[in-house]
Amino acid sequence: MLEPIKLDPRAVLEETPPSSDQDLSPRRYRLLRRNMIIIMVLVTVLPLFSMALINHHAYRNALQREIKTPLGALVNKTKHSFELFLTERLSAVSFIASAYSFQELADQKTLNRIFRVMKSEFGGFVDLGLIDASGLQVSYVGPYNLSGKMYKDHDWFQEVLVRGEHISDVFMGYRKFPHFVIAVRSQNDAGDSWILRATIDTETFNRLIASMGLDPTSDAFIVNRAGIFQTSSKFYGNVLDPFPMPMPTLAYEANVLEMADPKGKEVLLAYAYFSSPAFALMLVKPQSEVLETWFTLKSEVFYIFVAGVFLILLVVFRIINVLVRRIEDADRQRLMTYHEIEQTNKLASIGRLAAGVAHEINNPMAIINEKAGLMEDLLQSRPHFEEKERFLKMTRSIRQSVDRCSTITHRLLGFARRMDVQIETLNLNDVVMEVYGFLEKEAFHRSIEVRLNLAEDLPEISSDHGQLQQVFINILNNAFTAVEDGGVIGIRSWETENGFLAVSIEDNGVGMSEETKKHIFDPFFSGHKGSGTGLGLSITYGIIKKLGGSIEVQSKPGEGSTFTVVLPRETKQGTEA
Amino acid sequence: METLKVLLVDDEEEFVSTLAERLQLRDIVPLVATHGDQALDIVENERPPVVVLDLMMPGIGGLEVLQVIRRRHPHIQVILLTGRGSTQEGIKGMRLGAFDYLMKPVKIEELIRRMNDALSASKREDP
Repeated sequence: MLEPIKLDPRAVLEETPPSSDQDLSPRRYRLLRRNMIIIMVLVTVLPLFSMALINHHAYRNALQREIKTPLGALVNKTKHSFELFLTERLSAVSFIASAYSFQELADQKTLNRIFRVMKSEFGGFVDLGLIDASGLQVSYVGPYNLSGKMYKDHDWFQEVLVRGEHISDVFMGYRKFPHFVIAVRSQNDAGDSWILRATIDTETFNRLIASMGLDPTSDAFIVNRAGIFQTSSKFYGNVLDPFPMPMPTLAYEANVLEMADPKGKEVLLAYAYFSSPAFALMLVKPQSEVLETWFTLKSEVFYIFVAGVFLILLVVFRIINVLVRRIEDADRQRLMTYHEIEQTNKLASIGRLAAGVAHEINNPMAIINEKAGLMEDLLQSRPHFEEKERFLKMTRSIRQSVDRCSTITHRLLGFARRMDVQIETLNLNDVVMEVYGFLEKEAFHRSIEVRLNLAEDLPEISSDHGQLQQVFINILNNAFTAVEDGGVIGIRSWETENGFLAVSIEDNGVGMSEETKKHIFDPFFSGHKGSGTGLGLSITYGIIKKLGGSIEVQSKPGEGSTFTVVLPRETKQGTEA
Repeated sequence: METLKVLLVDDEEEFVSTLAERLQLRDIVPLVATHGDQALDIVENERPPVVVLDLMMPGIGGLEVLQVIRRRHPHIQVILLTGRGSTQEGIKGMRLGAFDYLMKPVKIEELIRRMNDALSASKREDP
C-alpha cells in the first residue's frame, strides 16, 4: 500500500542536517526518491501529454476544414451544371411551345423536323409529344408508338396545367429505362391550353456526375426530396431505390455533414438541394480516406509521445537515482564529519584538562619527591639506629609512588599532545605499548591474557603519534569488548616483506558474520547494539587511509577476530587533512 | 675535582630549597632564586656556569629569563625543568638556547648527570 505522499518541498528537500542514525534510514531515501520521481514525471509528462492532446484536436479540425471546403465547392459547381442543363432543356421546350402553334405541332412532319433539330442541338432528348387540353397525345415523335395515349389522369398533367411547366422525377415508364419528363403549357388564340412534352434520358445525369472526377471510394448521386435515387449510386442503391440515410435538412448552398452510412462507416456527406426540380445532389466520401493522413500523423505523434515518455521516465529514474545516492552519501559524510568534529572537540577539551591537571600535580609531586629524597639522604648519612631500615623503606616507597604518579601524568600529557597533528619519527612498538598501558588495568581485572609479540628490531617510522594512538585504542577497545573475561588478546608487530610495518591485534572473542564484516568500517555501524556511536572503526579506517596505510579484518563467528594494520615507513605531511 | 656551582630558579620555595639541600649533600654549590629578577641578579653577581630554570613563574617568565641569560652570558648553560609537559614549550626553549629540557618530578641522579653535561658544555664555550 502506498503511504500518503507529502509534496511539501521542505519535506522533500530537508535542509537541517540529520541528527541521528534514524535519519539515514533507507525509508527516508525511498520516500525522497519516490516523491522526486512523482514531481519530475508530473512536471515533464503532463505538459507533453496536454500538448499532444491539443495538437491532436487542432490538427484534426484543421484537416477536416481543409477537406470539407473543396467537397462543398465541388458539390456546388456540379449542382450548377445540373441546373444549367435542366434550364437549357426547359428553355428549349418552352421556346418550341411559343414559336409554333398547336396546329403546326400537330402536323407529324413538322414535329419530326423539330425533334431532329432538338436532338442534334441539345443532347439527351428521347421523344417529343403534343397533348391537347383533354390529355390526349395528339402527335408524337420517338422510338415508341405512343400516339393517341391518354394522360388526363396523370399527376404531372394536372401540375402542368396549373403551373405552366413541369420537370418530373425520374421514372421507368413504358420504356423500362430511367428517364424524366419536361412539359410546358401553351395556349392557342382561342385560349385553349395544350402541352408540349419531351422525355430526356438520365444518361446525361451520369455524365455530369462522372465529370466530377471522383476517386473510387467516393460516391455521388441525385436524390429527390422524397428520398428516392434519381441516379444509381455506387454503394447505396440503384435508381428509384430509396436512399438509405435520413434526408439532410434543406439547404441550397452546399453543406457537409459527418455521419455514419447504413454499414456503420464514418462518412462525409456533401449535399445541395436544387431550387427546381426538387432534387438534391449528394456526394459521399468515407472519413477514413479523408483522414488517412491524419491517422498516419496521429500514430506518428502517438509513437513519438510514447517514446518521449519512455525516454523521460528513463532519464528521470536514472538522474534521481544518482541524485538521491549522492544526497545519501553527502548526508552520511556530513554526519560523519559532524561526529568526527564532535569527537575531536571532546578529546581536545579532555586533552586541555589533562594537561592542566598533570601540570598542577607535577609540581607538588616534585616537592614530595625532593622531600622524600632529602629524608633518604639524611638517613643515609646518619649512623645506624633502631628504625633506620624501616624509614629508608618508607622513603623508597614514597619515591616509588611518586614515580607511579608521574607515569600517569606523563601519560595524560601524552594524551593531550595527541591533539597536535604532526608527523614525527616514532617507534610503532612504543605507541602500541602506550596504548596497552591504558588498558592494562582492565586486562588485569577481567583476567584477560594479553600476549605481546613485538618485533624488537622494528625500524622507526615517520607518522602521526596521536592518530596512531587513537587507531590502536579503537582496535584494542573492540577486542576488549569482544572477549569474555579470561579471554586472550594477542598483539603482534613485524616488518613486512615489502618494507611496510604491520601490527595485528587478535582476540578469541565472539567474532563476526560475513555480513557484519562487510560493514564494520561503515560509519554508524555498530556490531554491539547500543554501545558507542558506531564511529570508532570508521574513524580508525579514515585515519589509517590518511596515514597511507591499510587495515583488514579476518573473523569467524565464535572463534574471534584479527585486525591487521599495515603502515608505510614514511607518511607525507600532505596526505593528511 | 672542581665544585659545581648551580643556580636553581623556581617559584616553589619548598621544592627549590629541598633540592638545594640535596645537591649540597652531593658537594654541589646551589644558589637559589624564587623569581626571575632575583635569578638575573644572582647570575650577574655569581656567574654560575649552570642554571636550572622553571618555565612557569610569576613576574618575569622562565623563557624571558632564559633569553636574557643566553644573551648576556652565552657560556652559561640553562636546563629547563618544568611541570608542564608540552612539547611545543620544550621545543621553543631549546630553540631559544636552552641546554636541556626535563620534566618534574625528576630523579636527582638524572638531574646531576645533566648538570655535569651542561658544565662541560659551559667550559667548552668559556675555557
